[in-house]
Amino acid sequence: MSQQPILEIRDLRASVEGKEILKGINLTVNPGEVHAIMGPNGSGKSTLAQVLAGHKAYEVTGGEALLHGNDLLEMDPEERAREGVFLAFQYPVELPGVNSTYFLKAAVNAVRKHRGEEELDAADFLALVRQKMKVLDVGEALLKRSVNEGFSGGEKKRNEIFQMAVLEPTLAILDETDSGLDIDALRVVADGVNKLRGSENGMVLVTHYQRLLEYIVPDVVHVLYNGRIIKSGGKELALELEEHGYDWVKEHAEEVGVGQ
Amino acid sequence: MSTDLETIQHVTESEYKYGFATDIDTEAVPPGLNEDVVRLISAKKGEPEWLLQWRLKAFRHWQKMEEPTWHNVHYPPIDYQSIIYFAAPKKKAKSLDEVDPELLEMYEKLGIPLNEREALAGVAVDAVLDSMSVATTYKDKLAEKGIIFCSFSEAVREHPELVRQYLGSVVPHTDNYFAALNSAVFSDGSFVFIPKGVRCPMELSTYFRINAQNTGQFERTLIVAEDGAYVSYLEGCTAPMRDENQLHAAVVELVAMERATIKYSTVQNWYPGDKEGRGGIYNFVTKRGICAGRASKISWTQVETGSAITWKYPSCILKGDDSIGEFYSVAVTKNYQQADTGTKMIHIGKNTRSTIVSKGISAGFGQNTYRGQVKVAKGADNARNYSQCDSMLIGDRCGAHTFPYLEVSNPTAQLEHEASTSKIGEDQIFYCNQRGISTEDAVSMIVNGFCKEVFRELPMEFAVEAQKLLAVSLEGSVG
Ligand SMILES: Nc1ncnc2c1ncn2[C@@H]1O[C@H](COP(=O)(O)OP(=O)(O)OP(=O)(O)O)[C@@H](O)[C@H]1O
Ligand SMILES: [Mg+2]
Repeated sequence: MSQQPILEIRDLRASVEGKEILKGINLTVNPGEVHAIMGPNGSGKSTLAQVLAGHKAYEVTGGEALLHGNDLLEMDPEERAREGVFLAFQYPVELPGVNSTYFLKAAVNAVRKHRGEEELDAADFLALVRQKMKVLDVGEALLKRSVNEGFSGGEKKRNEIFQMAVLEPTLAILDETDSGLDIDALRVVADGVNKLRGSENGMVLVTHYQRLLEYIVPDVVHVLYNGRIIKSGGKELALELEEHGYDWVKEHAEEVGVGQ
Repeated sequence: MSTDLETIQHVTESEYKYGFATDIDTEAVPPGLNEDVVRLISAKKGEPEWLLQWRLKAFRHWQKMEEPTWHNVHYPPIDYQSIIYFAAPKKKAKSLDEVDPELLEMYEKLGIPLNEREALAGVAVDAVLDSMSVATTYKDKLAEKGIIFCSFSEAVREHPELVRQYLGSVVPHTDNYFAALNSAVFSDGSFVFIPKGVRCPMELSTYFRINAQNTGQFERTLIVAEDGAYVSYLEGCTAPMRDENQLHAAVVELVAMERATIKYSTVQNWYPGDKEGRGGIYNFVTKRGICAGRASKISWTQVETGSAITWKYPSCILKGDDSIGEFYSVAVTKNYQQADTGTKMIHIGKNTRSTIVSKGISAGFGQNTYRGQVKVAKGADNARNYSQCDSMLIGDRCGAHTFPYLEVSNPTAQLEHEASTSKIGEDQIFYCNQRGISTEDAVSMIVNGFCKEVFRELPMEFAVEAQKLLAVSLEGSVG
């Protein structure tokens, strides 16, 4: 593989209902890297994730985002997914009556078809799913149910990571997947994420807690504040944040003139 | 579904010998309805005197009736004098080139074989397409068990005593405007008789009936299951039929004796009209079954995606003690389609039970009305009903309406009613998109999930086709 970045975001601006939320984001994720994004409530973390996934409620007003050098923002949401972008939602929606296995198989085959690969038949798909279930400690019962319907908060999150493991995306964006997970589940999810980590793909983890980063050690930590990344650093930055809070970065940012 | 010219010729020729009126040798009876037309129809079919009298009685009654207006559907007045009531030869296209390209596209998506597409679209074909031979083989097999499965006309000829005994016993000619009209002018239909203790070894389907094509307009079906008998009957075809007849008024009667079970499944996909709401079938159907014997069961399952107007309430009269009535329905309206459909469960016997599951899906400017009645008579001790009416809206210009009517005259009755309305959410679609699933597939997945409880009741093959049909009919209604 060349050293072309997986994701390159330059001066990305986006608004919702006429209100600017992202005010110029710059971020580069190279193959093999895990980036953590932290920041206070309402700073725009989920907005960034949704914009990258192509949610049409968010209007991109400036800048660009490239996936393997291709214009990501031009693509339909399903095309982005088929190109390897996966978003683990902060609030996964329920699909009543839609069988989980059926749903996941449709997803896997949509990606395979896009890549020009043969679609998996029921047997091959089941084999794949069984193997991933073991890794993520997901019970078969969950797969027999409707997608996310009646799942507990933690089950929904775990299901997102399970889907991710099955789909093996090149760019995974995890929006607060750790919130609502108990300690054991957190460890299982982190294991799953670490297994996916490889030299070919990249990850963006949105989180409020340093705890997750103990299990999934990031290469870079960014602080998103009021629609901008105001500080980036190594994994120690997360620790510092935990200790001093966001006001500390804010003041620091104002000192160096990146705040507003 | 055969349009074999030979068959048609054969039918017309055989009519000749019963001819009595002057214009008997012309195919088309002039438009309009009067006693002479009723007599002519009966004569063309070579019917016995009692049936002619039965038709005439219905006709005279119909003349005194008024077209109902209580339903929640709107259409310009129907001119009953401009309709041709017998053997109206279908206007046939000469080739597929003359057929609505959208219809053809739908056939392709449904995977209907080329040669069948022509027949469905009403193109004049002279090849035998499906199941003449299949039908005969099945017929022999059924005959061995004493099962009668034939066209209504044949039943009148071959089993007049059975037809006479049951015809109009569930839906009398006085029942309603459209049933009266049907009784006067019905063209043909199906007859099924399952003798005592016999379990019909296969699904019976109109598909296998030879002259189905010409009988759509005023169809009459009668199914009788004797003590302990079982039959599953499939009506219709998942392919959209092109039909020049705008008014359809069918009657279906079911009779289940002691411990007998009748399962009646319908997939209705008549021409719904175009995107602007022009054309399309008016489908006014009366379907009713009687659970006459103890512990008998009648189960209606319907998937209604076609017709400009659907007016239909498959019902059960639960007369026998411990009898069971079921109604499972999916009704889809899109563009300017209107559906007013539901059921009546009439509890008369003791310990009678009924289940109603209705799923209405509206898209575009479609209007979907559920109208259901549960009636518990004085003597119906311990009657139970469970009703569930769910509506799904796609977009915000369509509508869903629910009118449940309850009439309970016995204090031991237990009735349970649940209703819900949901919308396919943008977020649900986006979630699917984010997993690589196209919007079309997402809608079809969500809608099929919504209808699962009904599809489960359909015979396997039918269910698969119904799912495909639903996906195709809702295509393009979101996003
Ligand atoms: N669809 C929307 N409609 C209206 N406002 C929105 C919408 N999405 C986001 N916003 C607003 O944009 C801002 C950023 O929201 P966002 O969800 O991106 O924050 P976040 O950083 O993910 O916060 P949290 O840590 O609480 O998850 C908030 O003020 C939010 O109310
Ligand atoms: Mg968020």
